[in-house]
Amino acid sequence: MTAVLETISIWAIPVVVAAVCLYAICKKVPVYSVFTEGAKEGFSTAVMIIPYLTAMLCAIGMFRASGGMDWLCSILDPITSLIGIPGDVLPMGIMRSFSGGGAEGMLVDLLETFGTQSQIGRIASVALGSTETTFYVVAVYFGSVGVSNTRHAIAAGLLGDLASLIASAVIVNIMWF
Amino acid sequence: MMNYIWVAFVVVAVIAGGVTGNMEGVLNNLFDFASTAVDIALGLIGIMAFFCGLMKVMERSGLCEKLGKAIAPAMRLLFPEVPADHPANSAMALYFAANILGIGNAATPFGLKAMQELQTLNPTKSIATNAQCMLMAISTTSITLIPITAISLRAGVQTAGAAEIIAPVIIATTISTVTGVFFTILFQKMGGWKWENAVAKEIAAGTLEINENYIGDNPIVLPEGYKSVNSDDKKASW
Repeated sequence: MTAVLETISIWAIPVVVAAVCLYAICKKVPVYSVFTEGAKEGFSTAVMIIPYLTAMLCAIGMFRASGGMDWLCSILDPITSLIGIPGDVLPMGIMRSFSGGGAEGMLVDLLETFGTQSQIGRIASVALGSTETTFYVVAVYFGSVGVSNTRHAIAAGLLGDLASLIASAVIVNIMWF
Repeated sequence: MMNYIWVAFVVVAVIAGGVTGNMEGVLNNLFDFASTAVDIALGLIGIMAFFCGLMKVMERSGLCEKLGKAIAPAMRLLFPEVPADHPANSAMALYFAANILGIGNAATPFGLKAMQELQTLNPTKSIATNAQCMLMAISTTSITLIPITAISLRAGVQTAGAAEIIAPVIIATTISTVTGVFFTILFQKMGGWKWENAVAKEIAAGTLEINENYIGDNPIVLPEGYKSVNSDDKKASW
């Protein structure tokens, strides 16, 4: 199953790119000039993101270095341990919403300390794999169109992250422990 | 909400840094992450340009339209404001497909393209629409079939059983996405998060700006004598 999926994910893009170009040339589209015309937009999109991404990453970076994360964990731990999330996994689970790189570093730490097939190692791996870095995603995608009033997007994203953390603990416990 | 979260990050960082004596780390991270942000954005230029080019070819050859029609029934449920023939549908279809297959490099450009297409249906410049929030709910909760990063980190520590998390991840990510979508539908009708209320609040504060590129048929009519507080200094746009 994994091998099949991996093969698909390697082949999909090159095949789609070739198929699209072939189809377009058959439809008498001047492929090369249309392609370059579209490609121009890539630059402005990337540059557009910079202010939003800088604001978000700097604030999160400062927060990460300050030790504020430990405070947040000690506030949340009594609540989250009630719903079955181990205290050791919680810091990584919280970091997951803020910083992808930070959470990955913490996962490796947990895997080395407890083992990849331990309860904590498995819960943390599933939690990391089953969601995205909410603050980063919101900053990048809304930034690319200049949207700064994000309404309920952050709240819904964070509740999704919490659901993934709870689900990871429950599923791992059912499957293995 | 973003205003408060952002200020909270910065203020708590400085207070916590002072209490724990990590202020030097706080300072260093400020500078490090500022340049990381630019690295990430500039690193996107090439791949972004490639897939924007490909999308343009798909658009011109009529493939986008066909793809949009094929997935219209599913899209109508989640994105009722988006017309079936709008190019946002095909961009989102490609974005979801790339995500499910775990092709992260292609997913981001398609997702950004989808967001830009949705912006043409946004009567305002800076308030997220329901459709844009729904796209974010699906993105932030992830819809992947193969958690490549988690598996490779596990394999780095121990190869045996590295991929055993695939099945639980698929279940957990489905639960998280359903939760995110559920709360998005719930929140978009609530209080200050409701579209009409968010717009009214920004009109009252004078921060609302009309999107000149809006192509929908339901534009916002500003009250007589409305003057944006940003009208003078907004010229220096990015």
